[in-house]
Amino acid sequence: MSSHNESILREPLVTGKDITYAKVTDDILLPVENKPNKAWWIGFILAALGALLWVFSVGYTFWTGIGAWGLNKTVGWAWDITDFVWWVGIGHAGTLISAVLLLFRQNWRNSINRSAEAMTIFAVICAATYVVAHMGRPWLAYWIFPLPNQFGSLWVNFNSPLVWDAFAISTYFTVSLVFWYCGLLPDIASVRDRAAGLKRRIYSIMSFGWNGSVKTWQRFEIVSLILAGISTPLVLSVHTIVSMDFATSVIPGWHTTIFPPYFVAGAIFSGFAMVQTLLLVMRKVLNFENYITMFHIESMNKIIMVTGSIVGIAYLTELFIAWYSGSEYEMYAFANRIAGPYWWAYWTMMTCNVISPQLFWFKKIRTSIPISWVLSIVVNIGMWFERFVIIVTSLHRDYLPSSWAMFYPTWTDVGIFVGSIGLFFTLFLLFLRFLPGIAIAEVKLLLKSASLQQKTKLIKEGHLDKEQVEFFRNSLTKYDSVTADEIKELEIK
Amino acid sequence: MSNFKYIIGSFADPDELMDGIDKLQANNVSIYDCFTPMPIHGIEAKLGVKPSRLPIAAFCFGLLGGTLGFSLLYYTMFYDWPMNVGGKPALPLPDFVPVTFECTILITALGMVATFFYRNHLFPGRAPRVMDLRATDDRFILAVDANDNTDHAKIETLLKEAGAVEVKYNERKYVSYE
Repeated sequence: MSSHNESILREPLVTGKDITYAKVTDDILLPVENKPNKAWWIGFILAALGALLWVFSVGYTFWTGIGAWGLNKTVGWAWDITDFVWWVGIGHAGTLISAVLLLFRQNWRNSINRSAEAMTIFAVICAATYVVAHMGRPWLAYWIFPLPNQFGSLWVNFNSPLVWDAFAISTYFTVSLVFWYCGLLPDIASVRDRAAGLKRRIYSIMSFGWNGSVKTWQRFEIVSLILAGISTPLVLSVHTIVSMDFATSVIPGWHTTIFPPYFVAGAIFSGFAMVQTLLLVMRKVLNFENYITMFHIESMNKIIMVTGSIVGIAYLTELFIAWYSGSEYEMYAFANRIAGPYWWAYWTMMTCNVISPQLFWFKKIRTSIPISWVLSIVVNIGMWFERFVIIVTSLHRDYLPSSWAMFYPTWTDVGIFVGSIGLFFTLFLLFLRFLPGIAIAEVKLLLKSASLQQKTKLIKEGHLDKEQVEFFRNSLTKYDSVTADEIKELEIK
Repeated sequence: MSNFKYIIGSFADPDELMDGIDKLQANNVSIYDCFTPMPIHGIEAKLGVKPSRLPIAAFCFGLLGGTLGFSLLYYTMFYDWPMNVGGKPALPLPDFVPVTFECTILITALGMVATFFYRNHLFPGRAPRVMDLRATDDRFILAVDANDNTDHAKIETLLKEAGAVEVKYNERKYVSYE
């Protein structure tokens, strides 16, 4: 049986010459099997300092209570829930890449899914800490779950979206973790079989005894497919439920039926931006340019553009409905967002989320690594402001003008936020040090169909249409991992 | 009888491995198993491995999860301690959808993966049963039981013909045992 030849019109997903199965393993395991370089140590020390700040700020909050934050009687939710929703949103891209793109048979997911899933797990960990911290008495956090208790079994109120949220986030975390770890098993086995001594023993325990037999792979593929199938509605449900935390209330600016799709699109938008931020650095530092190619970067930029446009339309719809509803409270809430004391937050959000992703219509921008990286950070700043605008500007001027107030963060608010970014990067850098950052087995699947050397071989065999080869050559010009000489070689005279 | 137990054909290319399977099967040599660094599509059909029944298990776990989730809500909200919250009904079915859904997904995922681990004997600390250490790197391994198939010279020729880079005679079944 010969391999199926992929159309020459499709851009390669793996570039580079002499990429063999052994080379894929060598390249991807390089950071795992060797001592980390200076860049890793600098990043890790900075991130660990951030994580330390996080431990201190959270500890201080637990010790003194949430009076340590800048909250007041009017603004009862501010940076805590803003940061929570921001992190949960970021946590959506990983499962989206591994589940939705798997169902749609998008093979370019193969080289980015592993690190995106890891990112999901770490982002959800960051998010979950806010949930616990904002409860005020974190040692009673388990009260959110329906456990028999000494009050004659007074159960939780299952009509409340906050309870749904606890179920949604914990299910999401568990299923993402299981999905991620199942996918890791064959790659941990690869590390195990090349290692020696204590390292071998540790990876052996972590590999669960994986051996890659026919039946194992068969079941593995089925499990991946079904996990993808159930994770897809799950990932949509999680941010839907997060949005219901707001949408089921009667606060003008929150009480909106478009919140679920609007929040889900925003989550994918910010999640892909964070994947872009991380992967652009990772591919450079760890020399993964042949596996995470310009095609991957461009595809993610396209997704950022589409979801950014959906978010933009949602903002405009909100504005229109505020006016069209004729409800004066609703109208005031939006007038206050645009021109009230928090106008700068609203316009930062509008600029970062609605205007900046539109730049990706230009191919030059879409395929430029520095610009993509900067824009991915701009998008994440914008998405933070979106949550801030929704939460704080809707709350700070309530129904009673005498209780109107502003929100001013304290050092604890800032410390927890900056610290959680440090925590996130600490976990991510540890992941890159000890586990393969790219799914080795899944990239190997691409070698005989979607790699540049396979396509080069097809062209050299010479049964291809000249026009199609020309098209293929043109598509290669954007790749930073393919040289001009290599493209020239492919020309059919 | 010789003192080795398994003949290992080590291929560098998945298509050559498939050729090897065809060649051996055409000569009535039974294949013990194959070990590969990545899934190979179509190999199950060739080796006569039956389709996995994990989807059925997943569906059953889904039913179980949905039932458990809904029962929890029904018991706590309606049966055990119905409460009047703002005059709303004690059995508000639409409000039960999110938690029932999340329970369904959770039990499906955990149940299916647990079944997968159980059936394949995967658990933390299990000694890896590996017949060739490069099977997780760059080699596609075909294992033949040497006691069931006695014409060893012929097997080696067939494997080499199909493109095997190396043919090994393993004295013990698993090289990963030290």
